Amino acid sequence: MTQKKTTQEKLWYSGNEALALGAHEASVRVASGYAGTPSTEILENVVNYKEIYTEWAPNEKVGLEVAIGASFAGVRALATMKHVGLNVAADPLFTASYTGVRGGLVIVVADDPSMYSSQNEQDSRNYAYAAKLPMLEPADPAEAKEFLKLGYRISEQFDTPVLLRSCTRVAHVKGVVSPGEIQTSSVTPELVRNPAQMVMLPAHARGRRVAIAERQKKLAEFAETWAENRIETGDRTMGIIAAGTSYLYAKEAFPKASFLKLGMVNPLPEKMIRDFAGQVETLYIVEDLDPFIEMRVKAMGIACIGKEKIPAIGELSPSVVRRAITGDSGSVTFAPVDLPPRPPNMCPGCPHRGLFYNLNRLKVFVSGDIGCYTLGALPPLSAMDACVCMGASIGMAHGMAKALGDEGLGKIVAVIGDSTFIHTGINSLINTVYNNSYSTVIILDNRITAMTGQQPNPASGTTIMGEPANSIDFPELCRAIGVKHVRTVDPHDIEGTYAVLKEEIERPEPSVVITRFPCVLTPEEKKRPKTPFTSSTENCTGCGMCLRIGCPSINWVPLTPEEAKAMGKKEKQKGYALINETTCIGCGQCLSLCKFEAISTGEAK
Amino acid sequence: MKEQGNIHFCGVGGQGILLASELTAHALLAAGFDAKKSEVHGMAQRGGSVEAHLRFGKTRVYSPLIEPGTVDIMLAFEMMEAVRYLPFLNKKSTVIVNTQKIAPPVVATGKIPYPDHCLDAITQQGISLVPVDAFAIARKVGNLKAVNVALVGVLSRYLPIDEATWVEVIKKRLPAKILDVNLKAFQEGRKAGK
Repeated sequence: MTQKKTTQEKLWYSGNEALALGAHEASVRVASGYAGTPSTEILENVVNYKEIYTEWAPNEKVGLEVAIGASFAGVRALATMKHVGLNVAADPLFTASYTGVRGGLVIVVADDPSMYSSQNEQDSRNYAYAAKLPMLEPADPAEAKEFLKLGYRISEQFDTPVLLRSCTRVAHVKGVVSPGEIQTSSVTPELVRNPAQMVMLPAHARGRRVAIAERQKKLAEFAETWAENRIETGDRTMGIIAAGTSYLYAKEAFPKASFLKLGMVNPLPEKMIRDFAGQVETLYIVEDLDPFIEMRVKAMGIACIGKEKIPAIGELSPSVVRRAITGDSGSVTFAPVDLPPRPPNMCPGCPHRGLFYNLNRLKVFVSGDIGCYTLGALPPLSAMDACVCMGASIGMAHGMAKALGDEGLGKIVAVIGDSTFIHTGINSLINTVYNNSYSTVIILDNRITAMTGQQPNPASGTTIMGEPANSIDFPELCRAIGVKHVRTVDPHDIEGTYAVLKEEIERPEPSVVITRFPCVLTPEEKKRPKTPFTSSTENCTGCGMCLRIGCPSINWVPLTPEEAKAMGKKEKQKGYALINETTCIGCGQCLSLCKFEAISTGEAK
Repeated sequence: MKEQGNIHFCGVGGQGILLASELTAHALLAAGFDAKKSEVHGMAQRGGSVEAHLRFGKTRVYSPLIEPGTVDIMLAFEMMEAVRYLPFLNKKSTVIVNTQKIAPPVVATGKIPYPDHCLDAITQQGISLVPVDAFAIARKVGNLKAVNVALVGVLSRYLPIDEATWVEVIKKRLPAKILDVNLKAFQEGRKAGK
């Protein structure tokens, strides 16, 4: 059943927008996931298609389980996440491979080679192999949309979840995309009891294990003739096997070479690969990160050149591929200039800043977590000492407490954002209480998932679809878990927060301090009238106290001794602090640090 | 530059770089080119260094990334950021730079001074530099947020696209409330270019 779209308009879409359009054209009905760069905007665009129920789940495992349930109920379902999110969702993923699907099920996973916004550089293709699932890999936004639609066909035809591997340079690349036909599912939405396939008891799973082996064989045959695995015959002295963006980079670097362009990276079309290898003199495998295709081609007994030349670290590009293969470093002519770095910073008025200033003062070991507040590790705040993955802060702090015993008392805190606490921190807090620890957990409650662009979460009071929703009461939740000492503070109140932190950190029992203030980028905060502060050049002694919070709205103006003298200051005063009133939102953190009345309230804006 | 080209946009998060690159991409598409654009989101949005790569051609554009040494035109929103991406330039590149200084944290906290005469690193290589006080243009037209569209106006002089096409794209892409001021900024920018 297809339905013609009347419009032939060409769209200028990012990969994430294209995937959302693909979900619409594939008649997806339920979409769930957790925000994570570079995958976030998929669901943020899916929500614009009103026929698709869209939600933010508390984490990727829940998101995938929601999608599995929707598939079991007979509708097409989508789960989205970044590469590290697939680790969280790996448990349902491996067994959903056994159950298979009713409505088509596609899991989009976005890798981040070069780690632009990630804590590691894992290659999600390994999951496809390990979970025995087909994986498609589009090269650009136009293919992303088409491959998602093809993914739903494959999912229903072969009774399997399908993985679609995106990456930073598909997700956040814009290109021309054409709207297509609406494709519908032949599955009827209803509850169907099929315990042998849907209840994974060992006895049932053993049967399904055999069915999967059969499915893998069929998919491998399908891959041999699937149109998106194709040979592009060119100069036969050089043959390149590549998929996704690696294909684009290799094509740009070697436009005349012969190519085997793979749309499906698992399973691989062995016959096609053998044919292609036989047609070319030297065979190269161009792929980013792990030697995933290369290892399999080598296992087929086919000679090829892969990671001996192509880097396994960082994202590829045309110049990287060209240099790796020919040694030609291209047209690079100018060396980089040594400049002051420009790392990202917390926003002016960010409520996290005051907390990290205090943690620095307290000289505690800060077990950190993933979010904007990870920037608290950078100078001048320099108050994060460990950060591993979503939710790890609380478990690590507890582990440190158990390792050090009384020696560690008063020296360890865990710092975690509201969304990260809900994601995978709650279990760890239960563990801390259950196992009689003493660590202090600080929940940075800014009411939103800020880092990825202000997505609502179960603490926000709204859903992605804009509906009102319950907002988790953190003090009540922590008390229910068994934390007896739960304190809520305003992080802009530097001294008040300091006093509470000191008391709770020294307590030989579990405690929770909630720093509660909304993110400055939430719509409500943006609308709130602001009164910025103003600085008095006259009163400023250049002591530098206000600079210790690292606020982007406070700038140091250097002075020569002559200039200082001319301003009526001591010659040894090396400069003064100047508040930028256009960016200052008047949070007041700097005000409490200034001992010389050089900061005061300015005009309301 | 006729059949294909590489445009590099750079500056500081929050300066409106992505909108400038979007307007340019739409103008190229309207003029019949294929195009691909690459951006990095996430951490870069928090006042960090931001860049966008825009590639266009009369035939299919494959890679979304500009190779080092192959930028035709750079549109830099901040002086030091223009210098940061010097390895992308070659002797034939044109660099349009907004003569604005934004202090990164190490400068704002007094640890390192803002580098003096940093644009010399570009001119010393014989690269053609077009300095523009886009902030002054924005002030003149009455909206400080029009810096990005003023810079697009300058850029428009260096691309094979009719003025009418640019105006059409700006009218289509910007909300009515801020359209007039941005059209003025675009025209003033065009005057400042070439």
